[in-house]
Formats: sequence, C-alpha cells, structure tokens
Amino acid sequence: MSNSDLTTPQYDFAVVKQFTVMTIVWGIVGMLVGVIIAAQLAWPALNFDLPWLTYGRLRPLHTNAVIFAFGGSALFACSLYVVQRTCQTTLFAPKLAAFVFWGWQLVIVGAVVTLPLGFTSAKEYAELEWPIDILITIVWVSYAVVFFGTIVKRTTSHIYVANWFFGAFIICIALLHVVNSMEVPVTLWKSYSAYSGATDAMIQWWYGHNAVGFFLTAGFLGMMYYFIPKRAERPVYSYRLSIVHFWALISLYMWAGPHHLHYTALPDWTQSLGMAFSLILLAPSWGGMINGVMTLSGAWEKLRDDPVLRFMVVALSFYGMSTFEGPMMAIKTVNALSHYTDWTVGHVHSGALGWVAMITIGCVYCLIPWLWHTKEMYSVKLINMHFWMATIGTVLYIASMWVAGITQGLMWRAINDDGTLTYTFVEALKATYPYYIIRWVGGLMFLGGMFVMAYNAWKTIRGAGQTSTDAAAQPA
Amino acid sequence: MNEMSNFWSGWITFIALLNIFGCLWILWWTRRRHDDDVAEGEELHHSFDGIVEYNNPLPQWWLMMFYGTIVFAFIYLALYPGLGSYKGALGWTSVNQWEHEMEKADNRFDRIFEDYASISIEDLAKDPEAIKVGQRLFGNNCALCHGSDAHGAVGFPNLTDTDWLYGGKVDTIKTTITNGRNGNMPTMAAAVGDAAAIKDVAAHVLSLSGRTGSGDAATGKEKFALCAACHGKEGKGNQMLGAPNLTDNVWLYGGDEATIIETINKGRSGAMPAFKAQLSEEKIHVLTAYVYSLSK
Repeated sequence: MSNSDLTTPQYDFAVVKQFTVMTIVWGIVGMLVGVIIAAQLAWPALNFDLPWLTYGRLRPLHTNAVIFAFGGSALFACSLYVVQRTCQTTLFAPKLAAFVFWGWQLVIVGAVVTLPLGFTSAKEYAELEWPIDILITIVWVSYAVVFFGTIVKRTTSHIYVANWFFGAFIICIALLHVVNSMEVPVTLWKSYSAYSGATDAMIQWWYGHNAVGFFLTAGFLGMMYYFIPKRAERPVYSYRLSIVHFWALISLYMWAGPHHLHYTALPDWTQSLGMAFSLILLAPSWGGMINGVMTLSGAWEKLRDDPVLRFMVVALSFYGMSTFEGPMMAIKTVNALSHYTDWTVGHVHSGALGWVAMITIGCVYCLIPWLWHTKEMYSVKLINMHFWMATIGTVLYIASMWVAGITQGLMWRAINDDGTLTYTFVEALKATYPYYIIRWVGGLMFLGGMFVMAYNAWKTIRGAGQTSTDAAAQPA
Repeated sequence: MNEMSNFWSGWITFIALLNIFGCLWILWWTRRRHDDDVAEGEELHHSFDGIVEYNNPLPQWWLMMFYGTIVFAFIYLALYPGLGSYKGALGWTSVNQWEHEMEKADNRFDRIFEDYASISIEDLAKDPEAIKVGQRLFGNNCALCHGSDAHGAVGFPNLTDTDWLYGGKVDTIKTTITNGRNGNMPTMAAAVGDAAAIKDVAAHVLSLSGRTGSGDAATGKEKFALCAACHGKEGKGNQMLGAPNLTDNVWLYGGDEATIIETINKGRSGAMPAFKAQLSEEKIHVLTAYVYSLSK
C-alpha cells in the first residue's frame, strides 16, 4: 500500500480501527460462549444449575455475539474502509460514525447483560427485547447515513461492486429488522410479537434466512470483492458476472425463507415456492465464489507464501460448499431427513466458521498492517498456525455434525415390522454423544486460533506505535 | 382453510414470475454486446483504489447450471402448488400425502395387530413376540412419562409393581390407555385448618404406613374424616376415584412429611392423556398386554 500518493485524500480511519480491534475481541467472546454451550451438550452438568448459565440462555448470546458483534464489527470496519478508498473520499459525518461505533457496542453490552438474565423476545437471531431493538434501528440508520453519504460525495465516476453489496446489505437489514421486530411492549423487558401463528413463523424465517443472506452473505461478499483483488494484486475476473450474480442474489434470497418451515402449518404453496427459489439461488451464490477464485488465477503461487490469501481462498471454498448444501437441504425430500437434526447445525457452521469467520480473519490480517502502517503482521508464522487451527477446527466441526445429523435423521425414521419406531429419542441422543465431543474439540481449536490472532494483532499494533511515531501522528 | 383471493393469487404469481424472468433478462442483457464495451477479456476503463475488472464472459457451465435450475423451477411450479392458488398438475397437498402414507402404513402394519386382536390379553401377555411389539409401542408412546423401564417418576406411576391407582385388571388398564385419566386431589388447607392441624393430619397419614411425624397423629385422625371421602376411613384408597392407598408406603408425589404437608396444602393434579386418537384399538390391545405383563 502506498501512502505517498499526493492525490490520496485524508481518509478517516478512526472508526475503522476501533471496529477492527473489536472484531477480534467479540470474536473471542462469541466463540468462547459457543465452546461453552458445545461442552454443555456433551456434559450437561456444566450449567452448574445456575439459570444464567443454562444452554437456553447462552445459546442466543452465542449467536448474537458471533453474528452481530463479531460479524457486525467486521462489516462496519471493512465497509467503512472500503467505501472511502474505492470512492476516493473521506468519511461522511465522522461524528455520526463515532456514534455508530459506541451505539453498536452498547447494543452488544445490552445483549451480554439481558440474554443471560432471561430477557428474550423468543425470536431466533432477534431475541433482543424492544428497547435494544429501537437502539439497533437508530444505530443502523446512522450507519446508512454515513455509508451512503460517503457514496454520494465520491470522486470516482462509478460505484465499485463491493459497495453494491454493502449497500444492499445495509438497506435489507434495516427492512428485515424493522418488520420482524414489530412487537407490543408490555413491560420494560417484555414484549409480544405483533404477528401470530403461521404468519409470525413466516416473518421470523423471512428475517432469519435473510439475516444469513444479507448480513452473512452479501456483506461479506462486499469484503471479498475488495480484499481478494487487493491482496492478490489481480484484476477482478468478470465485471459482467458480478452484475448478474449481484442482482440475482439479492432478489432471489428474499423468497427462500419458507424452506425453514417445510412440512409445518405454513400453506403448501409457500413451502413449494420457497423450495423452487432456494434452488435457483445456487447459481447466483456460486457467481461470487467463481469471481473470487478466478481473480486468484494467475497468482496461484502467492497462496504458497501468503497464509492471508489462503484464509480467503479457503473461505470461498466453504462458501461454495455451503451454498451448494443449502439448496440441497431446501429440497423437501432431503429436508424431511435433515430437518431438526444436527446436520442443520453443521451446515450453518460450514458457512459461519468456514466462510464468514475465515474471510473476516483474512480481511483483518490485511487491515491491521494497512491501518497501523506496518509492513506486515508481527508474525507470518503465527498467521500460518492460525490458518491450520481454523481449517482443522472447521472440518472437525462440520464433519462430526454431518455424521451426527444423518445418524439422528435415520434413527428417528427407522421403523420395525410392526410399524413402531425402532429407536426412542434418547437412543438417538446417545448415538450422537461422541460427535458432540468431536464438535467441541473442533470449536475449541477454532477459538484457540482466535487467541493466536489476538496476540499477533496486539504485538503488531504495539510495535507500530513504538517504531513509527510519525505514522501515528498522521490524521489518518 | 381460508381461500386465497384472486388479487393475492395474481400478485404472488406475478412477482414470482417477474423475479425469475428478471433473472433470465439480466442474463440475456449481460451476455449481449454493448456499444461501449471493451473487448472480451480486456480490462474495463474504470479502476477503484487500484482495482480493475476484466470484461470476461459468464462461464458456460455456470450459465447452464443457472438455466437448469430455472427450468426445474418452472416444471416444479407447474406440477405442485406454488403460484398463488394454482393447485399444480399433480393435485398434491401435504395433507393428502400424509393420508396416503398413513393408509400405506395401515395396510402394511395392521395385519399383525388384527391377528393379535383375536387373542385374549392374558394369553398375549405370555407371548414373547407380542410383548416385544407392546414394548416398542410403550417406548414410542408411554416412556416419555413412565420411563423406558416403566418405573415411573415423581407424579408418574410405577407400572411394574402391584399397586394400582385405578386398578390392574386388563379391562381397567385398557380403559386407562384409551380414555386417559384425570387424578385430582383438591387443596385441603382451608378445610383442615391451620399449619398445626395440617401437621397432625400428616402425622396420621404417616402412621398409616407405620411411621411417625412431628404432629399429633391422634388429633390428626379425627380431621382425617375429611380425607376419608376419597381415601376411605382406613386410608386404603378407592380405585373408582383413583384415590391412592395411603397404607402401602408407595407414593406418587413423595412420602416424606414435608411432601405430604405440601400435598394436603396445595392439592395435586395429575393427568394421563387419552390415546384413542393416536393408537388403533388393536394397538391398544397389544399395549395393554405389555403393561399387564409388567406387574406379573
């Protein structure tokens, strides 16, 4: 990265730096809670009979922390970095951007306190109660103002593809959050959904699936579109492919939610439509993977020396795998086997660990030296070590959950010659036990990698402060 | 079920097809040449923070996959419900699929149960094959409350002893499974009196199974007249009402003094659901034989 270019505007990276550091911090917190609840599934005594340590309260804390605190911080950091650099302009309303940072931290602290206390709206991935929902809305609108304000004052003629994805992610998450969180407050910490019955379930999964589609896919594709060509120093493979897969992806995702409610009280037509659209979603999803991987063609040799690029290409591989698995699981006959089993949990984590966390880790390893003006991270060896811990951890996690899920699905449907079920529920649970332990080990390895990253980041940032005082004095 | 109005049906069909045709249109638009295009495989003229983009065509295999899924979706939506109130060419519904599968299962599995139905429960209870079948029915339907070993739990009776709340004759067991049971004991606190009086009654109840409590059993015995309506004067219970025998030291909710006092104070409410909606008469017949065999 060259900072000597005189035409380069003075970028405002204060908020980007804060969010980058918090990405690592919240990553550790969220994944630690994940490792704790994975251990509780194998050894239930670990809830110590304390209500705030029970699985039911910690599980939403885990999902909220990894999606919105870890993933959210990464998205804020990268989008606010990328939008300035690709628009060649400084941040719009930097004070509002500072509010976005502190407001979002407040939301997360609110989650960390209220969820273990048992305050919940009982909507998956939207458990936070109404006062926090309102705060999220205010922070999110402020974020939109900062982001789109920066786009408006750009000095480039076109808008770069990464910003299309960030823009779609910001608009759609606002829409999803507001519609799904419509609720009637009864006390300060209790509210009831404004919808009822199958409608409530459908809105919940329209939200739930698009939280995956826009928060965890579109936003992270935006990161991929900047950091991969930048790191590999290669042109993006196909502009035309990016147009098609962008529009197809964001329009088709909106329909896919009903596949979470196959064979339920949801009307038949809604289920079938959700399945058909989930299948069409395969090609647009793969468009992003192809564009990322093909951007690396001609630079394959860099994968040998650069573990950061390896993180990114493995992230794309897991992205491709889980976006193939998703449409398959949306097919009703497959879903009849996979639904309610740990296969679903494995699928989610092949996306969450393999794609979201890996691409985030790759981007953070790029960002830290760029933001703190050091040549590289403190230790490339430690990045390499982190890469293997994360990859092996992810493989252990998803492979054990595949086996566990398919075992459960087959045991639940096995019947005797007299038509009775061959296994009671507890027998299937017992068969799952060893896989719960393997999953826990995988998660523990992934978490261990995050600690390696935190140490590496700490050494890099401290070293930057000591060796280059003039860089720290720059307004950037 | 509410019928969908024509407006909503039309709207759903319209936006669903619009989205799919929109994808086809953008594929066509991106593939065709535009006047200001750079040559295929060349770099586009704009760059962003040093990043440039190639004007590469869409990969052929990927395009075929995209078209393939769209063709599949059209066929699927022609065969199955999806586009508004259109029912689909196959006439499939999740309800008729369920009915069809149940019918198939009944045809396949009911024969053995019909054979068993002609054998008396007492004889079935001695047939190891029938008992295996009954045990599986028990595991699927009853084990959740009574435990897979049928030893019960607090509030759920042990079925392996000879102590029966409603009676252990084959017909009674069958009735219990078919129609369920509601075992209610009202709260007796107001009728018995203050805490000391309740303690006295508890002491009497304890004495029925040869134990002593902290209250005065003799005083409690007088007050027990209130309980005798259901449990009988001697506390031997009444199977017509499902009132437990208090003299045998078998306890549904617990037999220590504190629990007995709680039972008198608050009453108890136990419910066993009826299984006639889930299980055919023939299956209940075999299940009865299994439960009957447990206490033999």
